[in-house]
Amino acid sequence: MLATLNAPISENSLQVVYEYPESLSPVVTHYCPGCTHGIAHRLLAEALDELGLREKTILVAPVGCSVFAYQYFETDGCEAAHGRAPAMATGLKRVQPDKIVVTYQGDGDLVSIGAAEILHAAARGENITTIFVNNAIYGMTGGQMAPTTLPGQKTTSSPFGRNTTMTGSPIRMSELLANLDGPAYIVRRSLHDVKNIRKAKKAIITALKVQMAGLGFSMVELLSSCPTNWGIQPEKALEWIEDNMVPYFPLGDYKVRDEVNGL
Amino acid sequence: MAKELLKGNVAIAEAALRAGLEAYFGYPITPQTELLEHLSRRMIQLNRVFLQAESEVASINMVYGAASAGVRTMTSSSSPGISLMQEGFSYIAASDVPCVVVDIMRGGPGLGNIQPSQGDYFQVTRSAGHGDYHPIVLAPASVQEAIDFTVLAFDLADKYRHLVMVAADGQIGQMMEPAELPPMRPIRAERPEWALTGAKDREKNIITSLFMQPEEEEAFNQQIQARLKVIKKNEQRWYEYLTEDADLLVIGFGTAGRIAYSAVEAAREKGLKVGLLRPQTLWPFPEDRLSELADQIRGCLVVEMNAGQMIDDVRLAVSGQVPVSFYGRMGGMIPMPDDILTAIEETLTRLYSAAGLPI
Repeated sequence: MLATLNAPISENSLQVVYEYPESLSPVVTHYCPGCTHGIAHRLLAEALDELGLREKTILVAPVGCSVFAYQYFETDGCEAAHGRAPAMATGLKRVQPDKIVVTYQGDGDLVSIGAAEILHAAARGENITTIFVNNAIYGMTGGQMAPTTLPGQKTTSSPFGRNTTMTGSPIRMSELLANLDGPAYIVRRSLHDVKNIRKAKKAIITALKVQMAGLGFSMVELLSSCPTNWGIQPEKALEWIEDNMVPYFPLGDYKVRDEVNGL
Repeated sequence: MAKELLKGNVAIAEAALRAGLEAYFGYPITPQTELLEHLSRRMIQLNRVFLQAESEVASINMVYGAASAGVRTMTSSSSPGISLMQEGFSYIAASDVPCVVVDIMRGGPGLGNIQPSQGDYFQVTRSAGHGDYHPIVLAPASVQEAIDFTVLAFDLADKYRHLVMVAADGQIGQMMEPAELPPMRPIRAERPEWALTGAKDREKNIITSLFMQPEEEEAFNQQIQARLKVIKKNEQRWYEYLTEDADLLVIGFGTAGRIAYSAVEAAREKGLKVGLLRPQTLWPFPEDRLSELADQIRGCLVVEMNAGQMIDDVRLAVSGQVPVSFYGRMGGMIPMPDDILTAIEETLTRLYSAAGLPI
């Protein structure tokens, strides 16, 4: 064994199997340890690389933990007002339909304050792609209740657990938007294990292909972890997604227009 | 081009289009709706972008996106809609992207009514959203000026990479009068180097209003203030009438300024030494000229279609040198020339008797 390790390595025997994506900026992350935003960023960057889209992509960042998303991508980018990313993306896309416009939004941004903007962008069949990161909490402001917070879930603004009599029930956004005629592709995936991460990447690639083909609105919802604000260890947070979030937010394809299957 | 009989809202829309408007986003609201309707037809005919948004909040953020792509873009609304856009104005101002916003002001507060008003003076000149800045604000008093200022608005927006507003009251938007439209300018072929067009053969461009470090944010604010200082120096605009020997200066903008013109003429017929200053830019306010005039006049009479908003800027400009009186109507009521004439006579009487002069 030792002999093998010490043997000189010929150039030909080396093979690149994993690289830093070109679309991902080589900078230090501000995300908390165990947060799955990093995985979501990486998947999007890999998808942009694989489809050769980096040079024509404009990323619209939200307000929330991913407020600095534009720092992590080697693409043009901008920072929208809270919830308004789909409106800003609409302006960017309508005046340059040949570009790829992606909004990256959390659940507070997309489901709460930006509910009107995402609903109408989807209804118009706006030819943009939304990466929707759902971690059932407001992360950046320190863990308050979101419209996606699970019944009974404790947050800093629902300290006794979310009381659905007082606050209503979580909104399942993928299902809601899939009811509209406008969207071409709406799916929910999860980032809690390798198998699901691979599925998530495939979905992001499909969503971008939908935009490239001009088929209309595409969204990939990603169930994501927030160990810091959930107050649990990172690996437990991944289990928490599987045990608690997946049952409430079932994974699956909610809208896949026929043309999408041909991509 | 020959003069045509044009409605203010339609004239503004057509002028914007001829100034090279590439993308319009808006939401219906009286009394500006004809502007949106005109563009809904013309922009599509010309293969440009027209989109009716779900709200004024969405409209201004769509404008923010299109402006970030480096195209000439605008939205239009009326007072309650302008209130909703304040968030977007602030982000736009903090991102150095140029765009034009037209406000056809109506009676308020609240839902108010759809009659002409100038009650938005504070909300358009003071900051238009949170933070330390001012948009450039142009105030037309006729359909012709509405046309000219709309074209000027786009040029100023591009020149300073700044938010420019055309603030007209509902009277200007709704009335028809003969006016001449500008020639059609071509759409700009090139995008500015800062625009979000994809990072091809260059470093990536970022448009953001987020500066987490206070030192950085202060430095950015200093940049904005430096730009505003230049704008203040270069762009003060006003119209002046019979000020040379005036004892009393009547000051009004937009429709109020135009009605005040008639009142000044009537006063002159009576032999009264009255002049008019009609600010055409509300920000920057023509304070330099007013400050000069303050040396020669005995007093000012401010006329507005609100409870007295521009009067604050008049007081700052005359800096206590002369007394400042006010005549205003609110809630969509329009002052009549005779009422202003009465206010002129009363003000002059007070000024002369205070100075011990014969009336």
